[in-house]
Amino acid sequence: MSDTLITADLVAVGLDAVDKDAVIEALAGKLAAAGRVTDAAAFVADVTAREAQTATGMPGNIGLPHAKSAAVTVPSLAVATVPGGVDFAGPDGPATLVFLIAAPAEGANEHLQILAKLARKLVNPAFTGSIRDAADADAVAAIVTEAVS
Amino acid sequence: MKFVAVSSCPTGIAHTYMAAEALEQAGRAAGHEVVVETQGSIGTDEIPLSVIQDADGVIFAADLEVKGKERFAGKPTISVGVKRAVHEPAKVIDEAVAAVASGVATPAASAPVPTSSGPADSGLSRVRKQLMTGVSYMIPFVAAGGILIAISFMLAQVAWGGAEGAIEVTAADQVAVFSDFDLGSLQHWSIVLLATGQLAFGFLVPVLSGYIAFAIADRPGLVPGFVGGAASVLVGAGFLGGLLTGFAAGFLALWISRWKVHKGVRGIMPVVVIPLLSSLGIGILMLVLIGRPIAALMGGLTSWLEGLSGGSIVLLGVLLGAMMGSDLGGPINKVAYTFAVTGLATQGLASDAAQYKIMAAVMAAGMVAPLGMALASTVRKKLFTPIERENGKASWLLGASFISEGAIPFAAADPWRVIVSSIAGSAVTGGLVMAFGSTLVAPHGGVWVLPLIGNPFLFLLAVAAGTCVTAGAIIVLKSMRATSAVKEEAAAVAAA
Repeated sequence: MSDTLITADLVAVGLDAVDKDAVIEALAGKLAAAGRVTDAAAFVADVTAREAQTATGMPGNIGLPHAKSAAVTVPSLAVATVPGGVDFAGPDGPATLVFLIAAPAEGANEHLQILAKLARKLVNPAFTGSIRDAADADAVAAIVTEAVS
Repeated sequence: MKFVAVSSCPTGIAHTYMAAEALEQAGRAAGHEVVVETQGSIGTDEIPLSVIQDADGVIFAADLEVKGKERFAGKPTISVGVKRAVHEPAKVIDEAVAAVASGVATPAASAPVPTSSGPADSGLSRVRKQLMTGVSYMIPFVAAGGILIAISFMLAQVAWGGAEGAIEVTAADQVAVFSDFDLGSLQHWSIVLLATGQLAFGFLVPVLSGYIAFAIADRPGLVPGFVGGAASVLVGAGFLGGLLTGFAAGFLALWISRWKVHKGVRGIMPVVVIPLLSSLGIGILMLVLIGRPIAALMGGLTSWLEGLSGGSIVLLGVLLGAMMGSDLGGPINKVAYTFAVTGLATQGLASDAAQYKIMAAVMAAGMVAPLGMALASTVRKKLFTPIERENGKASWLLGASFISEGAIPFAAADPWRVIVSSIAGSAVTGGLVMAFGSTLVAPHGGVWVLPLIGNPFLFLLAVAAGTCVTAGAIIVLKSMRATSAVKEEAAAVAAA
């Protein structure tokens, strides 16, 4: 359990995945391993359900799967760079950068504020670009932590 | 240009905020100011009404029903999905600019559309918002006017050297005084304060009515709203009449603004056609349709009261008290007050005549509503809005000065609960004054004419008792609503 949104354990640099479900599962597995998600399968189901409403692909080849889920214990972010690209139905093709946002189903507002702050950063190409260019997992975690603090 | 926007999305944690950021950035890049209200799962950060009023246009980047949509009514509006705002914010801003450029002709394009998806009380809460807009604009008038009048009474005591001052100051010929003003005369100064306060009070009902209509129909609602409020005063319909004209004027103006008219006429719709037609409509409604029944009601009540004069005096006190508390300056209140004041004019009365007791009962009862609201908003702050609590502080002085209008902002915001509480307390006070046998030879003045009151201690006791009843009743009634509202909200959340 941690107060920070992200740690290096939650970053997958150069992930090799066939489709978006594989990316979501891989990242959910990391969240579960870190103790931030109690039940990876339940969380994946919630994310997939949200994804089915409207796809979360964004300009800049970014995928943004996310869900509020009872399986989440602490607001968290997992990040993957996927050089091969997976389809998130984004406006400009497959996503090569994926952010998985995990929000607890019931949380004090101040805990969720950090996610609002993160969301605002995600529309900034300089921010997403710096993550894409980051050397390793530690650098990604540091950039995000810096941005939302 | 200035824009206000609302963003929301199904989960309420990502796109809501991304859209907000994207719109703000794209707006800035294009040289516009964009203020975004994020209606996310983290709660809603409401845009102040003043900012909305200043905005040229509205952007709804919302995948959920926009909460409080009526706040934006009357502005050129575009609705885009939250996703478009994230993906192509610059285009969305361009469209909003275009909508503003062509939007003058469709002032009601964004009128609130009831939806089945919202909670069942969304219609009611919309009415409440509109009501509160009117009330919030009225409150400063109540405070300024009421306090000026109260200070005038105090000053008049000194100027005339006694409690008679409060009577003399209102009896003065104001125009004569102002045309021959004596800077060194305290009496003249107290008359200036009184006249200024009365002028401010003259706007209470028109402002209430005007801004309710404004909340419904935006600017086109202002003229019929104000005219309707003034008409309500003219026919003696009081603030309840003002509530009626506010809503009637607002919806009338909104309806007219939706007419499909020829291009040539469109340009003069907001400045000429809508104000003209809607004012005429409201004028006819109040002066022709409402005026007569109110006059008949007042006539009927007056002769009924006269017929009761021989019966139980305590019962008469209860009745007069209830009437005083019922509509705070409206027709029923006016009948009771006029009945008492007319009695004072009877020649050759004994010092303990029934007429003087009636006057005492009526004045005491008229002090109860504002004092009761002042007490309730002091001891149970949570049940009142911040602006009501502020008004509550002024209400102490207004109530003590027998200025029943101090309670109007409370009553206009929550009519039946406040009126029921007010009637209960005022009736108790009216009955008690009669039972105690207090008398009063002045037509007004509140505590400032205490020396003119027979049995002043018991008089104050009666006022205090009624004040507690009113405060207790409104606290109970508002608490019941508070709990049921919380339950409804919980149910709505569970259902979502």
